[in-house]
Amino acid sequence: MFRYIVRRLLQGVLTFFGATFIVYSLMFAGGGDPIQALAGEKPVTAQQRAALTEQFHLNENFFTRYLYFLKDFFTGNLTSYTGRNVFENVGQALSLTGRIALIAITFTIVVGVTLGIVAALRRGGIFDTTSLVLTLVVIGIPSIVLAPLAQYLFGIQWKIFPVNYTFEKPFTSLILPGLVLGALSLATAMRLTRASFFDNLRADYVRTATSKGLTRFRVVGVHVLRNSLIPIITFLGVELGNLMGGAIITEGVFNIPGIGGQLYKAIHLDDGPTVITFVSLLVVIYIVANLVVDLLYAVLDPRIRYE
Amino acid sequence: MQVRRLAAWTAIPLSAALALSACGGGGDSGSSSSGTVRIGIAEPQYLTPADTNETSGSQVLAALYAPLVNYDADNKPVEVQADSITSSDNKVWTIKIKSGWTFHNGEAVTADSYIDAWNAAAYKGASQNAYFFSQIAGYNDVAPAATTATPSPQPTAQKLSGLKKVDDTTFTVTLSAPFSDFKTMLGYTAFYPLPKAAFNSDGTVKSDFKDAPIGDGPFKMDGTWQHDQKISVTKYDDYKGEQPKVTGVQFTIYQQPSAEYADLLAGNNDVMLTIPTENLSTAEGDLGDRYLHSPASSFQFLAFPTYDKNFSNVNVRKAISMAIDRQAIVDQVFKGSQKAAYSFVSPVVGGYRDNTCGANCEFNATEAKKLYTENGGPSKLEISYNADGGHKDWVDATCNQLKNNLGVECVGIPTAKFADLLNKVEKKQEVGMFRMGWIMDYPSMENYLGPLYSTNGSSNYYGYSNSEFDKLVQEGREASSSDAAIQKWQQAEDLLAKDMPVLPLRFGQNNYGISTKVKNVEIDLFNRVDLLKIEYTG
Repeated sequence: MFRYIVRRLLQGVLTFFGATFIVYSLMFAGGGDPIQALAGEKPVTAQQRAALTEQFHLNENFFTRYLYFLKDFFTGNLTSYTGRNVFENVGQALSLTGRIALIAITFTIVVGVTLGIVAALRRGGIFDTTSLVLTLVVIGIPSIVLAPLAQYLFGIQWKIFPVNYTFEKPFTSLILPGLVLGALSLATAMRLTRASFFDNLRADYVRTATSKGLTRFRVVGVHVLRNSLIPIITFLGVELGNLMGGAIITEGVFNIPGIGGQLYKAIHLDDGPTVITFVSLLVVIYIVANLVVDLLYAVLDPRIRYE
Repeated sequence: MQVRRLAAWTAIPLSAALALSACGGGGDSGSSSSGTVRIGIAEPQYLTPADTNETSGSQVLAALYAPLVNYDADNKPVEVQADSITSSDNKVWTIKIKSGWTFHNGEAVTADSYIDAWNAAAYKGASQNAYFFSQIAGYNDVAPAATTATPSPQPTAQKLSGLKKVDDTTFTVTLSAPFSDFKTMLGYTAFYPLPKAAFNSDGTVKSDFKDAPIGDGPFKMDGTWQHDQKISVTKYDDYKGEQPKVTGVQFTIYQQPSAEYADLLAGNNDVMLTIPTENLSTAEGDLGDRYLHSPASSFQFLAFPTYDKNFSNVNVRKAISMAIDRQAIVDQVFKGSQKAAYSFVSPVVGGYRDNTCGANCEFNATEAKKLYTENGGPSKLEISYNADGGHKDWVDATCNQLKNNLGVECVGIPTAKFADLLNKVEKKQEVGMFRMGWIMDYPSMENYLGPLYSTNGSSNYYGYSNSEFDKLVQEGREASSSDAAIQKWQQAEDLLAKDMPVLPLRFGQNNYGISTKVKNVEIDLFNRVDLLKIEYTG
């Protein structure tokens, strides 16, 4: 097991460098004009162009620029074209998006999985049908509608939650956006749980366990639940990566300077250093999330072993 | 039985979530102490006078710095930090500043504060606002024109030879050529002074100065710039000018206008400078008499690339102009939030005349079609625009009008960014007509003519060149009085109406919203709140 983790982590390091290199090449090949992007719709004089080109090594060749990037990256001196330290920006965005993702994923697990289990146990009943319809309605509403609607109803009309994210209320003002994001994956989590749970309920080992005289609670709560969690964990692992990738729309609606919005802004400004750092960070998050999911498989199902 | 217990489990997390939310609901009020107003802005790009040229940054700097001049109701310059600004020949200007003023760190504001700041801004021509100093004598030595040669030419001087200190509160500015409206220009952000504390020993501005700028204005920084969150300023007690009526301002930074609008509706924001287009139709109902308007300096127009032979015939350009019903687009697309333009110079500057474009901008479908066919206009028209600026709706509407009125094909061509559009135009690629916008740097008629249509104008992307026009603009700049200058510039504007290098579409307007807690909110031509007039009513 330990060797497996080490091997995976080493692979992760390689993946990380590969990813930064590819993203860097893409930014380079994209050939945007960061200097004009910075100036917006104003004309750029030749002198400004010369000064910025020198400052950011824009006239160097590809490999020299990549080496400059790596040097700044590992010494922590990476500055964006707007003159802000990239790591400071990344840190702020990451802590915000991380908090929202945590709220969203907790909401999905607690509500989605619970509803799924109840629906599987009472398959075909009123609860099953209603929750199915309701979650389908929610999944049918895109975030561009759901987020402003939730903001209007819960924030402006009923004043239950703060309207936008504010630094004065760093936790409570993130609950609503977290719930909105969680609601979007709620239906998938619920249906997955329901299907997987229902399949396992009819499995042979359940019949064996029941005939051994175990209580229904122990059969459902331990045997069936544990075996049903594998597809759900897989889904949640991918979902966590997606959530950390930032939800541009939801973050925009609630004024959260999180990963999605900052990445969008950086792409818009052709701000290479920022884009590459953010994307590399997302790669790391995906690598770690996948590793955790794989390890959880072994915990849940003793038949799965890593050597 | 077990099932019921499971159902009970579900209830626990749900009720826990509700309890949490109840905690979150409470303290919505009380985030502003008495007398502090909240103004929404976007994240500024820079917070230094030499580099700030967008609205959000200028709004914050307007709180932190006192300008040499500000503008009165007629947009004529009036002295603020300056005591007098005089010149006998419009070439050598003597600027006398008021004595006894101090920066927020206690340092005195002297002639050197201005000279050092301007020299740093002009050095190498590298700062965003460097071109404001290009008229001052010695600029070419400090910022030699860049060439393709490597290494690029280095400056032969550190300082502008045109800036001379006379005594602690007086200095002279020598221009390379006379300019009658130089005093008007001095109200711009680029001309603010900087304290000694801002500079490195080599005369450049410290890189961390922008996070907590020290100014000489009515407000001082409260803490540092909290990127993407807020910038707070409080009243500076030793300010010698007109006192503000609020004790502080919190500039809340918004990522999206929609989020800011939601905060305005909920009473969490006091001033929203620009109501987004998508909310214009409901703003009246949402805000009632808290939805306000004031004139703005922006000017939207369509440009003809003169290198394209499709548009080289002036009658074709006139026909296209006559085929556009400007008022209909303003009413339908912009819900009356902008004004149809029938002149080349904005109504906000002195010398503006109504309808200088005359019959060429008047909507006349039959005449337009006749003129267009007679002169063999192209059978297909294209309008290029940048897709990130919300221009699609009006470009499509304009295209539809051209289709119907001229019987031609017309499509709008989006490019991802304005920079891409400019690159295409600079490489003289096929772009068809393209959209342009202009926001003035200083309230002078010249600012709407020189940069846009002179042969060497910095924003003349369409290659218009008329030596008579160039001459008139230059004569206006060198004229002995404002009135004489305006006369020359009006003649220049008349030439534009004859040549139609661009077709005027709309003049802008500030559409802003305020909360119930503020009054006397005035927005100036640069889309900034007048921080000396705004009052907090609680």
